[in-house]
Amino acid sequence: MTSRRHAPPACQPEGAAATEGSSVRSWCPGRPRARRGRSLVVPAALLGMTRAVASALPALTGSVAGALLGMTVLLVPAPLDAQAAPRGKATYDKWCAGCHGDTGAGDGPAAAYMLPRPRDFTKGVYQIRTTASGEVPLDADIRRIIDEGMPGTAMPGWRTLLSEAERNDLVAYLKSFSQFFANAKPNVVTVGGAPGGGADAIANGKAAYEKLECFKCHGPAGRGDGQSAPTLTDDWDHPIRAANLSQSWSFTGGNAVEQIYTRLRTGLDGTPMPSFTDAVDAKLVTDEELWQVAHYVRSLSSERAPAVREVIRAAPAEGTLPATPDDSAWADVERFWIPLVAQIIAKPRWFAPMVNGVWVQALHDGRRLALRLSWDDPSESPNAAWQEWLDRVAATMTDADGPVPTTQGSDQFSVQFPPRVTDDAERPYFLHGSARRPVHMWRWTSSPARVEVGAATGLGRFAPAGGAPEVTAAAKFDQGQWQLLLTRALAPADTARAPTFTTGVAIPIGFYAADGSNGEDQSRGAISSWYAIYLDVPTPPGVFVAPVATMLLTAGLGTLLVVRAQRRDRGLGRNNQEES
Amino acid sequence: MRRSVFGLAVAGVSVALVACGGGDGGDAQVADTGGTGTAAVAAPAGGGTITGTVAFTGTPPANPPIDMSEESACAQKYQGQPTDNQVVVTDGKLADVVVYVKSGLPAGQNFQVPPQAVEIDQDGCLYKPRALAMMVNQKLTIKNSDPVAHNIKAVPKENRGFNISQPRPMTSERTFSQPEMTVPFECNIHSWMHADVAVLPHPFFATTGRDGTFTITGLPAGTYEVEAWHGKLGAKTMTVTVPEGGQGSASFTFGTAT
Repeated sequence: MTSRRHAPPACQPEGAAATEGSSVRSWCPGRPRARRGRSLVVPAALLGMTRAVASALPALTGSVAGALLGMTVLLVPAPLDAQAAPRGKATYDKWCAGCHGDTGAGDGPAAAYMLPRPRDFTKGVYQIRTTASGEVPLDADIRRIIDEGMPGTAMPGWRTLLSEAERNDLVAYLKSFSQFFANAKPNVVTVGGAPGGGADAIANGKAAYEKLECFKCHGPAGRGDGQSAPTLTDDWDHPIRAANLSQSWSFTGGNAVEQIYTRLRTGLDGTPMPSFTDAVDAKLVTDEELWQVAHYVRSLSSERAPAVREVIRAAPAEGTLPATPDDSAWADVERFWIPLVAQIIAKPRWFAPMVNGVWVQALHDGRRLALRLSWDDPSESPNAAWQEWLDRVAATMTDADGPVPTTQGSDQFSVQFPPRVTDDAERPYFLHGSARRPVHMWRWTSSPARVEVGAATGLGRFAPAGGAPEVTAAAKFDQGQWQLLLTRALAPADTARAPTFTTGVAIPIGFYAADGSNGEDQSRGAISSWYAIYLDVPTPPGVFVAPVATMLLTAGLGTLLVVRAQRRDRGLGRNNQEES
Repeated sequence: MRRSVFGLAVAGVSVALVACGGGDGGDAQVADTGGTGTAAVAAPAGGGTITGTVAFTGTPPANPPIDMSEESACAQKYQGQPTDNQVVVTDGKLADVVVYVKSGLPAGQNFQVPPQAVEIDQDGCLYKPRALAMMVNQKLTIKNSDPVAHNIKAVPKENRGFNISQPRPMTSERTFSQPEMTVPFECNIHSWMHADVAVLPHPFFATTGRDGTFTITGLPAGTYEVEAWHGKLGAKTMTVTVPEGGQGSASFTFGTAT
C-alpha cells in the first residue's frame, strides 16, 4: 500500500483541531494564493468547511469502514444522464479545481503545496478501486472517495457538504477528463466476507507478509521504512511514501480488513503498490493467506487515530527512573499521543513533513523528570540510501517556498517550555518563542548525537547555553522509529531561565520534529501547539495505611465486643441452670 | 536468422510454460544481461524481407553500476558488479534496438496477430530483454526467474497499465490494445530495473541481439520508412524499398562518429 503524506495543517496553530483536521486544510489565509487569479470564493469557502469535514472524517473512517464494501451496492449512482457531466462541471469548478486543476490534470493552484499531489484525472488512473489492476474504477468507487475522502491526505469527504445529485454529477464529470472510461467494462474483484481473525490468522498473516516481501517497501515492522522505500515514485515521478502500516487510521482506502484485502487484490494504481491477484492465480499465495495479511496489517495499530489529550501525566516512578529509552518499564507507563503538523506559518514553510506525531511518556521520582518520546521516521539521518528521496522531495516541493536544501541534515527533536512557570495564562509564541518572550528549549539531534539546552527566540533562532547541559539524552533508532529519553532534575540550576517542575502544577510543553533525510531542519518540520505536562503528587503512604488500619481496628473492636457479649451470655445461662 | 529461430524457440518455450501453469525459473543465462533478442514473427502475407545491422561507432557510454548487495540471490548471478545495461555494444554492433516499419504499409489493412507470445523475463534482477517489440493484442508473457519478489509495472499513456506482484518464479500474461512507442516497464522493489516495450499496429518489427542484426519478414512489396529505436540513444529512420518476394536492406549506425 502506498503512502500519503501529512498535508498542510491547520491554519490556526492552536488547539486540538490540529489533529485529524490537519489533513484537510488546503487553503490558508496566510498563504500565497493562486498563481493564476482564481476567485477568492474557493479558498474562503473551503476553509469554512474544513472544520466540518475534520469532525466528520474520523467518524466515517472508523466504525463505518467495515460496512463500506457491503454498502457499495447502495452507493451506486443512478444511471448518468447526458447532462450529468455539464452539471458536474459547475460543482467541480467551484469545489475541486483549486487542487485538481481546471482541466483535471491535478495542477490546481494549491497542488504545489501538497504531497502526495492531488489526483490527475486525465489518465483515468485511480488508487482506490474494486476493479483489477490497471482497470478504470467503477462509478461507485469514485463516488465512495468523493463521499469519504482519503484519510491521511488533503482530500476531504464531501458526503455532508454536497448533495447526492451533485456528487453523482461530479462522478460523470471526472470521468469525462479521461478517454479510458468510454466503453470500459472493468473486471470487478469480488470480495466475500472476511474470514475470522484471531491470533493464528495474524501469525499466519505475518508469515505471508514476509513471504510476499511486503517488508521490502513497508519495512519489517510496517513503518514504511523498507529498503526500497527511499526510491519509490508515483506515476507522475513524485516521491511517494510506502504506507506506515502501523497507522491504519490514515490508510487512503480505509482500514477495515475487507478494504485492506481489496487493496491487496487490486493494487493501488498510480503508486508502486502491486496487485497480488496474479500471485494467487499462480498459487504462490492462497486467497486465505491474503486475508491473513490483511488481518495482520490491521493488527498493527488501533482502528482510530489515538485520542489527543491536552495534559500529559507524569506519574511517580515505582523505584528508580528507567535509564534507557527501550527499558521494558516503559511498556507499563501511560502514553499520550501528540499530533505534529506541518510548519506552514513562518518561512521557509514546509508542506511535506515526515513525522506526524509523537508518543509522550513521563515519569518522575521526586528529584528528576524522565520524558520518553517515540516517533515514526523511516530514516536515521543522514543516510546515503535516502539521498535519492531527498533529491526527489526537493525537486517536487521547491515551487512551494523556495529551494529545499539537498544536503541531508540530522534528525531533530525539540521540547519547549516557558522559561518560568507562572500563573500568567499567556504563553510564549508556540513557534519557538519570540525575541520578547523566548522559550526554554531542549534540542536533540541524531548527528551529532547530543542534546543542547538553551533559549529560542523564534524558528531557527536557538541559542544553546554554554557548559554541560543539565538534560541527559539517550536515543535509539529501531525499525523506522526513534525512541528518545530526556531526563532532567526537577529543579534547574538557573531558575530564571528554565522552568522548575513542581508537582501538582500543569506546565506548558510543546514539541517539534524534523527528518534530516526529508529536507527538514529548524524551520521545515512538524510542530505541535502548546500542551501541558502535570507531575502527579506522590501519594503519601498514610493514604494507603489509614483505611486499612481503620478497617482492622473496627473489625477487631467489633469482634472483641461480640466475643465479650457472648461470654457474658453463656455465663448467665450457666448461672440460671444452676439456680433451677 | 539464427537469432530469429532462437526468438521463436524462446516464445515457443514460454507458451509451453504458460500451458503448464507456471515456469520453473531455470533460465541458465547467467550474467548475460544484454540482447536476448526476440525478433521474428510469423509472416502474415507477402514474402518480402528487410535485413540489416545496427552498428555503433566510437566509445559507448559507460553503463552505471548497480548495487545489488541487498539482493544476494540476484547478485550471485553475476561475476563482479552488475551494471544497468543501457547501451550494449559488442564488436561495434548495438543490441536492444527495435527496428520496425514506421510508415508505408497499405492503409486500412488488418494484420494477423502473431499467435506466439513474446516474453520478458526478470532474471538476476534485470529485465531480459531490455527492449522488446510486440504487436497490439499479441500475448506478452511476463516471467520471474528470480527467487525474490518483483513487481512488474507498466506505465503506458495510450494503453491501460498494470502492476503485478510476482513474489517467486511464475508467469503472467497481458496484452496491450493500442499501438504505443514505447511502454516503460519498471520494478519498484528494484528501482534500477527498466525495460521499454514497443507496441506496434502490425507484425513488421524485429529487435537486435548482440550481433546487431535484424530481419523483418512477411512484407508486401513497397517502399517503407523504417525506424531503428533505442531507449537511450534515440531513433534513426531510413527509406527501404522491398520488391515482391524480395529483400530490402537497411543499416543503421549510432554513436559518436555519425
